[in-house]
Amino acid sequence: MSTAGALPLPAPPPDEAGAHPGDDAPPRLEAAGPREWRVSGDWTVLGLREHYDAFGQQIAAAVAAEPDALWDLRGLTRLDTAGALVLWRGWGRKTPGRLLWLPEHVTLFAQFLQPVALPRRKPALGPGLARAAQRLLAFTQHGVDIVALVGRLLLDLAQLVRHPGQIGWREISANVFRTGAQALPITALVGFLVGLTLSYLISKQLKTYGADIFVINILGLAVLRELGPLLAAIIVAGRSGSAMTAQIGVMRVTQELDALSVMGISHTVRLVVPKVLALALSLPLVALWTSALMLLGGMLAARAQMGLDPAQFLHTLPRVVEPANLWLGWAKSMIFGGLIALLASHFGLRVKPNTESLGQSVTQSVVTAITLVIVVDAVFAVLFSNVGI
Amino acid sequence: MDAVIEVDNVTTAYAGHVIHRHLNLTVHRGEVMALIGGSGSGKTTLLRLLLGLEVPQAGTVKIFGHPLGRCAARDLERVRYRWGVLFQSGALFSALSVFDNIALPLRELGSVPPDLVKPLVMLKLAQVGLKPEDALKRPAELSGGMVKRVSLARALILDPQLLFLDEPTAGLDPDSSKQFVKLLRRLRQELGLTVVMVTHDVDTLFAVVDRVAVLADQHIVACGPLAEVARLPHPFVRNFFLGHVERCAEEDLRRFRLSLDDTSDDGGVPAVLRGEEAAH
Repeated sequence: MSTAGALPLPAPPPDEAGAHPGDDAPPRLEAAGPREWRVSGDWTVLGLREHYDAFGQQIAAAVAAEPDALWDLRGLTRLDTAGALVLWRGWGRKTPGRLLWLPEHVTLFAQFLQPVALPRRKPALGPGLARAAQRLLAFTQHGVDIVALVGRLLLDLAQLVRHPGQIGWREISANVFRTGAQALPITALVGFLVGLTLSYLISKQLKTYGADIFVINILGLAVLRELGPLLAAIIVAGRSGSAMTAQIGVMRVTQELDALSVMGISHTVRLVVPKVLALALSLPLVALWTSALMLLGGMLAARAQMGLDPAQFLHTLPRVVEPANLWLGWAKSMIFGGLIALLASHFGLRVKPNTESLGQSVTQSVVTAITLVIVVDAVFAVLFSNVGI
Repeated sequence: MDAVIEVDNVTTAYAGHVIHRHLNLTVHRGEVMALIGGSGSGKTTLLRLLLGLEVPQAGTVKIFGHPLGRCAARDLERVRYRWGVLFQSGALFSALSVFDNIALPLRELGSVPPDLVKPLVMLKLAQVGLKPEDALKRPAELSGGMVKRVSLARALILDPQLLFLDEPTAGLDPDSSKQFVKLLRRLRQELGLTVVMVTHDVDTLFAVVDRVAVLADQHIVACGPLAEVARLPHPFVRNFFLGHVERCAEEDLRRFRLSLDDTSDDGGVPAVLRGEEAAH
């Protein structure tokens, strides 16, 4: 048996009622006579809780006062590495000259004799040029990677057009359902409330000028052209963009991406293309739905605030808002959808196989997607400033 | 010998599917107990029961005399600081370095001075046979064998009295697995651990195990020393030890274990095998 060599430990004091065999006896250090110290109880990592410093100082003081004292460890019920280390340090990193111990203590103390080199961490880059350069490099790397991903995507799309059999229709439809159909309740609620608030504020201002009827113009134009697509894109970026990044990221962590690679299945064809196509398809629909609910909210607020008849609202709307605005909103949504899915996939594919990187990537993905959506929206506003107004 | 683990009449079921029925098991202080059983026989569920991660439908699980499940937080704390667990895939925290992974249980105690944490972690790292410079690596940079070693170091950092090993040698090459087994033997001699392990590896069984519990037909069909269990007529046991029964005799086991201790750590051929090679 491998326990050979261990002497029987002195029997621990009989358990009091309710005590369990695993319980710690408190560690003790007592003077057993002139120049003799007795160490007893459980000198374990748990037994010594809250007492490390006190015992360390006590031992050091005892050694300093009486360097040739006798140390009796035979009363110990348990000693583990932490307890042994406290004794060892108190003794000044050597065993005292006169020591009584049990055979199993020898190996515990023996391991302290080998010098342990503590590794040094590489100093972190200080503030200044070096760190700025690193940031710039990382940013450039992102840009290069996104361009590469877009290029890969275009090549794969061209191949898919030539071989339509490879298109993952099932995957696309699942993504449309997840990003589109399942987003309807939340976008409806948010759209309705924003439309309601907006219309209420606008009506209040217009009333003072007696220009009540213009609420339809302002609301219709703002919602169909800008707010509907933007609101839908921001909600979907937070909802579906994060989910896509997390999904691809977890596939990296669990080596599923590697499994796809070795089977010769392209990540972009199987994972990225369906997401991009699905979101480019579903976001315009979600945006239309959001716009409709915003107008509904606006209509109700206008009625409550100014007594504007809903029938009149619906009748006037097509006359004052040009259809070009609707098309512009749709085109924007399509681009927003593709962009969100592309960024989500980009950040998902960059996840390193650890949990921290996964969290960072999801955050980055959502923040970048929302920021870029707003930037692209501004670009659209400038480019099409004379269309439909 | 007092019991460290007592499983009394436990029944577990998932969605109407019974996994264990009236299962009893006792593990004594200081012994190494192996759990074997076919896949789907409920070994992992039993281990999760012992760890308190699952609560049985009926029956009790006691560790160090504390019932798990419906018990006070203080009771659970008493148990959790006294056991170490080596998960099958290591379960290292991928966001932390090796050093921080091993130091985590110590730091969670909140009372160990920081200047004591460092040497304790480095000692454990040396004890499981890793180099000091490995301390700064991330779990993603480690090989399979190193992950197991780091995970073992983390399990041992509080110097537990009870160690759970889930497939400790699965996924290791024969050489790493042999070294890991040697490491387990050495640690056991040094620390006097009680060990419960789930394993499929016959060599690991031969090298370290005192008693074997066979889980089949929803309960423990046999529990006893290797030599006794290997001669059982149960079909699972017969297939498991197929071709190994002769090695289970007491004398042969002792020789095999001695040969393991003889060889150096660099994975040399055990003395017994060397003798056989010479004979051929």
